[in-house]
Amino acid sequence: MTPLITATAAPLATPDLPPPADVLLDVRDLRTYFHVMDGTVRAVDGVSYSIKRGQTLGIVGESGCGKSVTALTIMRLLDIPPAEIASGSVWFKGRNLLCLPEDQMRRVRGNEISMIFQEPMTSLNPVYTVGDQITEGVVLHKKLSKKAGLEKAIESLRLVGINNPERRVKQYPHELSGGMRQRVMIAMALACDPDLIIADEPTTALDVTIQAQILELIRKVQDETGAALMLITHDLGVVAETVQDVIVMYAGRVVESGTVDEVLLAPKHPYTKGLLESIPSKGKRGQRLNVIKGTVANPFNLPAGCNFAPRCPYAFGPCSTHDPQIEAASPPDVACWLYTRAPGGPPPPRLRPHLAPLAGEPS
Amino acid sequence: MAKTIRPTEPLAVDHSHVAEIAAEEAGTQDFEVALVSLNQWQLAWRRYRRHRLAVIGSGFLLAMIAVAIFGTILWPYNPNDIPGVTTPGGDPPTLNPIENLFGTDFGGRSVLQMVIVGARISVAVGLFTMLIATTIGVTIGALAGYAGGRLDGALMRFVDLMLAIPFLFVILVAARFFGGGDPVTLIVIFGLLFWAGLSRLVRALYLSLREAEFVEAAKAVGVSDMRITFRHILPNALGPIVVSATLIMAGAIVTEAFVSFLNFGIRATDVSWGNALSNSKGYLLQGNWWWPFFPGMALALTVIAVNFIGDGLRDALDPRSKE
Repeated sequence: MTPLITATAAPLATPDLPPPADVLLDVRDLRTYFHVMDGTVRAVDGVSYSIKRGQTLGIVGESGCGKSVTALTIMRLLDIPPAEIASGSVWFKGRNLLCLPEDQMRRVRGNEISMIFQEPMTSLNPVYTVGDQITEGVVLHKKLSKKAGLEKAIESLRLVGINNPERRVKQYPHELSGGMRQRVMIAMALACDPDLIIADEPTTALDVTIQAQILELIRKVQDETGAALMLITHDLGVVAETVQDVIVMYAGRVVESGTVDEVLLAPKHPYTKGLLESIPSKGKRGQRLNVIKGTVANPFNLPAGCNFAPRCPYAFGPCSTHDPQIEAASPPDVACWLYTRAPGGPPPPRLRPHLAPLAGEPS
Repeated sequence: MAKTIRPTEPLAVDHSHVAEIAAEEAGTQDFEVALVSLNQWQLAWRRYRRHRLAVIGSGFLLAMIAVAIFGTILWPYNPNDIPGVTTPGGDPPTLNPIENLFGTDFGGRSVLQMVIVGARISVAVGLFTMLIATTIGVTIGALAGYAGGRLDGALMRFVDLMLAIPFLFVILVAARFFGGGDPVTLIVIFGLLFWAGLSRLVRALYLSLREAEFVEAAKAVGVSDMRITFRHILPNALGPIVVSATLIMAGAIVTEAFVSFLNFGIRATDVSWGNALSNSKGYLLQGNWWWPFFPGMALALTVIAVNFIGDGLRDALDPRSKE
């Protein structure tokens, strides 16, 4: 099995120069591989996207599609080895983060980019008070005194809607409920006034009633502080309510991108369609729920051609031999042969009615 | 509406605030509840207090430390003051004079005073060996466990080497060669030899704790590796370390007595419990039981006390023992 064009031979879509000033984060052709005993996992394999200042981006996909690894790569929090950042660049405020020395990178973490984690129950250190933990980052980055740091901690706890923050700062994590702890994590992320907040499944570990509150809170503080937000989730409902732009990832690649309305109301890629159809809704009462057949591609043995082809109900000729990600024309707002000039001719007519019409193409 | 909840002894504090937070999150009302908030050390102290033997043990050890510090100040000891004896090998215990409560040795010196003076060396050897060995062991174990990779490999092979050394042999040779019977030298030798087991324990703790999510969260805040190692992870690993440190202390006290008994430790003219035991061994057959008995009891009780403390700390610091 010889790939027609190797991944490394793919030309960069844009020359490696800093993006325009209004683009806060520009990720280009990012590839993160893990070298483990059984071989190499291409966890992130040629991902590109950008976020403008103050904007919000959602990254959606199943477990294991590489969405969290993308975030950890941007923050440079992966252990190298086993991880390897094989190629790509991460432009943030005019600097390529992948080329920054570690001590400068540490000044970016928590200060200019901060992160909210999935597990509020375990992401707080059990031996320190809430106040200590929020204060630490502020003292570290803003060179404040301990006392001024504590003031700042109280202020950010108030911002995330915690009553009586003067008392809460003296409490330990085990004295707080899950929702409260996630509020504390958000307060920690806000304390240094970052330009970008990365929220990695911030509501997954919370129960549904708290989820809505936390999402509302994230949206509110994002609005108030003017920070850009990158929201990683597998929940399309969360994306629909919270962000402006969205990218859909599958097996380490972006399969579709666009505004929330474009992607969720008029999905193009069969994977996105499958995801949306698998959500239960009132209108589908009494019907059998559609699911995407099969499981996520084996990372050690990715199929030739399109990664999604083996599970795709629309797969035709070129899908199992040619990779749309690499060979399709740019910009790839959807990586699928149904929407580009496929090698070996257009898709058979039986697939045509399923397609959303493309601008400038006779339907 | 002000309401005060003070958790009484058997009430676990982890649950006493649930209702209050639920009410707060619902945002329905904002009533004040003053709550006694306990950190993990306060919780551990409450559990420790219930371990009776450990409390007795800490009382005994504190008394022994007080004796070691103030004993010779209140009752000055002059090694050249040898009153002489009425019976060869020393007099049996007597209430008059009270100084001879524990009897006297062959020179007529009070065994009670020997015990008091000897406490200085035993307590000092125990405490300072513990400090040195724990410092080295924690540092090496933490670096190996947190850094991993080649540094871990190199440090752990060195630890294997340390554990493969026949301790007794090295102690005897080193004590004779470097020391000339100086307690400080003995402490340094013990400290340099006793850390290896602890470092393995610390490494194992770090291997699991470095994967904890609060460590990743700290990294995401931009905290340096050094600070994560010693400020974020170390307090979480402190329980097992403290327990292990008390065992090192007990081991060091016994080893000092043992090495001194073999005349390789503290010089014969100094007074330590081991020396007293050693000096007395020739007179045992005459029935002079008091001479080895009282220093030996002091030694045994101190070691037992330290072990009880370790026991109590293990129960108190284990977060799973919630009773």
